Amino acid sequence: MILKTKPELCTQCGQCEKVCSRVWFKEENPEKSAIRVNSKGDGVLINVCNQCGECIEVCPTEAIYRAKNGVVRIDKEKCVGCYSCVGFCPTMSMFFHKDVQEPFKCVACGMCAKECPTGAIYLEK
Amino acid sequence: MKESIEKLKKAHKLLKTFEYELKEVNRGYTDRTLYINLSDNTIKSKPVTQEMKDKFIGGRGFGLWYLWNAVTGNTKWNNPENEIIISTGPIGGTTQYPGAGKSLVVSLSPTTGTVVDSNVGGYFGPLLKFAGWDAIEIQGKAEKDVIVFIDGNNGKVTIEEAPEEAVDTHILIEQLTEMYADSEEDKRNISVVSSGRAAEHTLIGMLNFSFYDPRRKFVRIKQAGRGGIGTVFRDKKIKALVVKYAGVKGDTNKPADKDTINKLGIKMHKEIHDLDDMQNSMRKTGTSYLVKIMNDYDLLPTHNFKFGSHPEAEKISSAEWKKWFTVTKTDGCWYGCTLACAKTVDVYELKTGPYKGQKVCVDGPEYETIAGVGSNCGIFDPEYILECNFYCDTYGIDTISFGTLTAFVMECYENGIINKEITGGLELNFGNKEAAMELLHQMGRGEGFGLIAGQGVRRMKKIFAEEYGADPDFLQDIGMEAKGMEYSEYLPKESLAQQGGYGLTNKGPQHDEAWLIFMDMVNNQLPTFEDKAEALHYFPMFRTWFGLNGLCKLPWNDIVPEDNARTDEPAKVPEHVQNYVDLFSAVTGKKITKEELILQSERVYNFQRVFNLKMGFGTREHDRIPYRSAGPVTVEEYESRADRYDKQLKELVGFDPEGKSTEEKVKVLRKYREEQYQKLCDAVYKRRGWNENGIPTLETLKRLGIDYPDVVEVVKKHL
Repeated sequence: MILKTKPELCTQCGQCEKVCSRVWFKEENPEKSAIRVNSKGDGVLINVCNQCGECIEVCPTEAIYRAKNGVVRIDKEKCVGCYSCVGFCPTMSMFFHKDVQEPFKCVACGMCAKECPTGAIYLEK
Repeated sequence: MKESIEKLKKAHKLLKTFEYELKEVNRGYTDRTLYINLSDNTIKSKPVTQEMKDKFIGGRGFGLWYLWNAVTGNTKWNNPENEIIISTGPIGGTTQYPGAGKSLVVSLSPTTGTVVDSNVGGYFGPLLKFAGWDAIEIQGKAEKDVIVFIDGNNGKVTIEEAPEEAVDTHILIEQLTEMYADSEEDKRNISVVSSGRAAEHTLIGMLNFSFYDPRRKFVRIKQAGRGGIGTVFRDKKIKALVVKYAGVKGDTNKPADKDTINKLGIKMHKEIHDLDDMQNSMRKTGTSYLVKIMNDYDLLPTHNFKFGSHPEAEKISSAEWKKWFTVTKTDGCWYGCTLACAKTVDVYELKTGPYKGQKVCVDGPEYETIAGVGSNCGIFDPEYILECNFYCDTYGIDTISFGTLTAFVMECYENGIINKEITGGLELNFGNKEAAMELLHQMGRGEGFGLIAGQGVRRMKKIFAEEYGADPDFLQDIGMEAKGMEYSEYLPKESLAQQGGYGLTNKGPQHDEAWLIFMDMVNNQLPTFEDKAEALHYFPMFRTWFGLNGLCKLPWNDIVPEDNARTDEPAKVPEHVQNYVDLFSAVTGKKITKEELILQSERVYNFQRVFNLKMGFGTREHDRIPYRSAGPVTVEEYESRADRYDKQLKELVGFDPEGKSTEEKVKVLRKYREEQYQKLCDAVYKRRGWNENGIPTLETLKRLGIDYPDVVEVVKKHL
């Protein structure tokens, strides 16, 4: 499972960021979203985890693992909040927030894709 | 395994239980320390005062303060009053910033006779703090071997007689981790401090600090190597200290400003991610990258510091170690250390000694070990280095002291000062790895020439002169020790500032105070005595600060920001200095500046200098260095670098070397270099606020706020 993007369709409406933070943190706050939309030159950059798994290797407590459906997940119990994974993510798609003990990332739940008005994000199995 | 562990545990005899209230950390401190006396099994809690935090910060500062109050000027290392104090520091235990899990160990040293401090990785210091204690202070001596166990989740400290566990570290740490962990998952919550059998027979014993590696599924170790604290540990009949704390999270250190710490840590992780491969490749080869650089710049100690390079050095460079290391991407010795220099050789089959034939893990080797037991002894065999590294670790022996003293023994052997009769058959020529290995095993068994060598270079010089009629002046010239501590592994001959970096240290010649070779010799950034003195003020103070806070030095300048070379003072790594200022402020809530950072260190550093005075050391004569560290002692050495030295005689000394004998040139160069060193001492003392005998003045003590009556009393005797 992986969240794919078509930046050329994105209108930067911000709906995906709101949905993501609402689903996972019960508030609408783009800083607590695991998907981020930014301008890049004339276009748009949608920053979201591609499930490459580089973070699995750099986690000192083996808190990050690949689940059966292929999604990379974080076991909060094991995590010591060192944020090595944030600094070592090749696409800068591991996020952190001062209110939250552990880093967070896209787990391909697909809620944002469902609410995206233009089809710029979609789930692929 | 389970059954045998049960058996070991059953043999324990509980001597004392102490229950305490669990307490959260507050802004990097728990505000109390754990005192244990093994003579009468006292265990008590001591409050940490605001004064202690303001003046001594933590870590090495706390250790020095407690030891100062525990001993008199007459206390010897093996008196019961001597203590071993272990403390991390306010920043210690931070999981976000690389290199923030260090423990600092302080004690009276068997080899130097004065106070020594050692900085070590592993999980003990942070877990001790999270268990509720800013420091552990151990005094007294047990009758029989004991283990001290601190249960940080149930608030309990026990002293247990432990007769059946191994003494050698590689077995003991596995036994105790298995014994005290509830499950495989729980193993990472255990850290063990231990030594080994050779610490009982020598004065150069060290301490191993453990941590569990979940990927490799075995217990790893880092070493508090310098100064013989392992020998003190075994003299107190401590088999191990064990701490257990489950529940480490990103905010267990309860910093005042977590957000800033997150950002600083992530910035460093990213910097390491982006730049380490292009800079020192610490993540792939650890500190072994230094071998080639040192060899290229003629700084790699070879044949007891006679030379700085060797044609065979390539055989022990990082290119070779790459083949041996089992690299993972998480080789840090505390959580969040992405510099990850703690390399291992996961499977190595031992060829000698009591564990011959067994497959073991070797933690290392690090640069100092490679240069010390390898090139400095003329041995360029990676397998010997691994074997020696392993046995030094499990026997509880400092690889640096072992390397430097073996090199000294080899030069004495080659000069006929000692012979086969004296060594009991060991042919200790440079390069003889079998003999060197056997010397180490003799230290382990407590027999033969190993017992003499294990006393260290300073005592060997005395024995060789008094009993074997050696020339004491020659031994003084080639015996690479100062203040009773063996030199660490950089050739300082061609850098006056580095001669000071070794000679003007508090504890003895250890590079962790000032490493100025490149600034001085390669980049020529310190042309005048004043420049050198400024560097020998700033850098020792700056580096002292790591030890007050539970930090590692490596993430300061073994990785640097991309634009560092374009800053005003690249050698200081200004951006990283600012990181540390911000980190301290964010943890403690006490805003400091980079100037205050130096002041914090200066206080502790001067206190330690006065501590040396209290113990009968610490004056100008004790800052004296062997001539081998300042220039060529022998004709052979001079002639190996004749062009360089001839040029210096002509250009710096105003002496025409043309047609002169090498003996005469050695003499003239020596006179010049020895004068230079004395001039350097003058300049450094002045810069540090000391008088011409190297004593901190009363004004200096007052300015630093350490003019306590008993401190002033010690100093006054010398003014």
